[in-house]
Amino acid sequence: MLPSLTFLLFPQLLFPQFNSILTVQSPPPMAMKTGVETPVKLHVKLNSGYHVNSDKPADEYLIPLKLTWTAEPLTISSITFPEPKMEKYSFSEKPLSVYTGDFDIVTKFRAPANTPKGEKTITGKMRYQACSTTACYPPRSADVKIIVNIY
Amino acid sequence: MPALTDMTNSHFPLFGGNGGGAGSSNNLGIAPFPYRLGIRRYPLTRAPFATALALTILAGCSYAPPSRAAIKPAAKRNPAPAFTLKDSQGTSFNLADYKGKVVLLNFWATWCGPCKLEIPWFVEFEKNYRDKGFAVLGISMDEEGWEVVKPYLDRSKVNYRIAIGNDMMAQQYGGVESLPTSFLIDRNGKIAAVHVGLVSKGDYQKDIEHLLGSAKQSAAKPHVPIVPATAVPAVQ
Repeated sequence: MLPSLTFLLFPQLLFPQFNSILTVQSPPPMAMKTGVETPVKLHVKLNSGYHVNSDKPADEYLIPLKLTWTAEPLTISSITFPEPKMEKYSFSEKPLSVYTGDFDIVTKFRAPANTPKGEKTITGKMRYQACSTTACYPPRSADVKIIVNIY
Repeated sequence: MPALTDMTNSHFPLFGGNGGGAGSSNNLGIAPFPYRLGIRRYPLTRAPFATALALTILAGCSYAPPSRAAIKPAAKRNPAPAFTLKDSQGTSFNLADYKGKVVLLNFWATWCGPCKLEIPWFVEFEKNYRDKGFAVLGISMDEEGWEVVKPYLDRSKVNYRIAIGNDMMAQQYGGVESLPTSFLIDRNGKIAAVHVGLVSKGDYQKDIEHLLGSAKQSAAKPHVPIVPATAVPAVQ
């Protein structure tokens, strides 16, 4: 009874990922016409006070934001990251190329003409490395799943 | 719309396994970061209200400030876990080799900006306090190991011993959830303070000088606290 009440009052206890620094919101199921380029937007939410390196960090030692897909037989035309912010932190001499807050990453998929029709699941992995102004966290990966209906 | 967030770090073995792998039962004076709060390690049903309260507070805290622990009284210090590692020259060493010295054990990585700000401080400390019985040990948590660490060391002219850390060692030291994390170990091999995140050079200096200076008193009267007891602040 008591644990049930606790979870009712504090639903986040059931979902520890709410405590995470970064979340990636997968888009809803979508239709994809064969032979046509289809953009898919991923919404990324980073908690206040943290940043992740952009896809092109300013320092060779920094770990870039990277999105990879397992989507065969679909092909990927492009992955577009937003314009990074150049932020100066007390621990760095130069401004760093970072993302903060909410941002979107757009991937353009194309289903070849001979792609079997019907539902398909595409999976992706976003690798990121987050820091606050005083500490950095080990690189991690967030999984992404998209259901597409190919027609 | 599912919000997917990976709580695992299976790609990053140096930082332990899935979810709450770290710190649930460490006695080193550092608390686990909420990032790694996992149901497996924190059975919520055992103490639902306490857990609910703690997790709710943590959930509301999106930013982890640095944590600087005061020097613990000698009687309240726990032994630093033993380890054996190889340095950049391939020489094996262990913590016991440093018994009788004050050791600054610093966990860092080449991808960690705040860690790299501290390195020149540590170079200076090593130079200034070496003769007084002080040593810095840098433990890199870079996944790629020496491949990335050696070139960095060549550039930054580090004058203290560096080794590549491993998951077991990190777990023994409370999980090392974020970098930099530094442990100040007294001459008796006990952990006197833990610094999580970037703290000031002055704070380090003060603590080192305190431990170097108080070592004689501590050795003469090992059970007399040097300073009043102070709780070690949690990581978050």
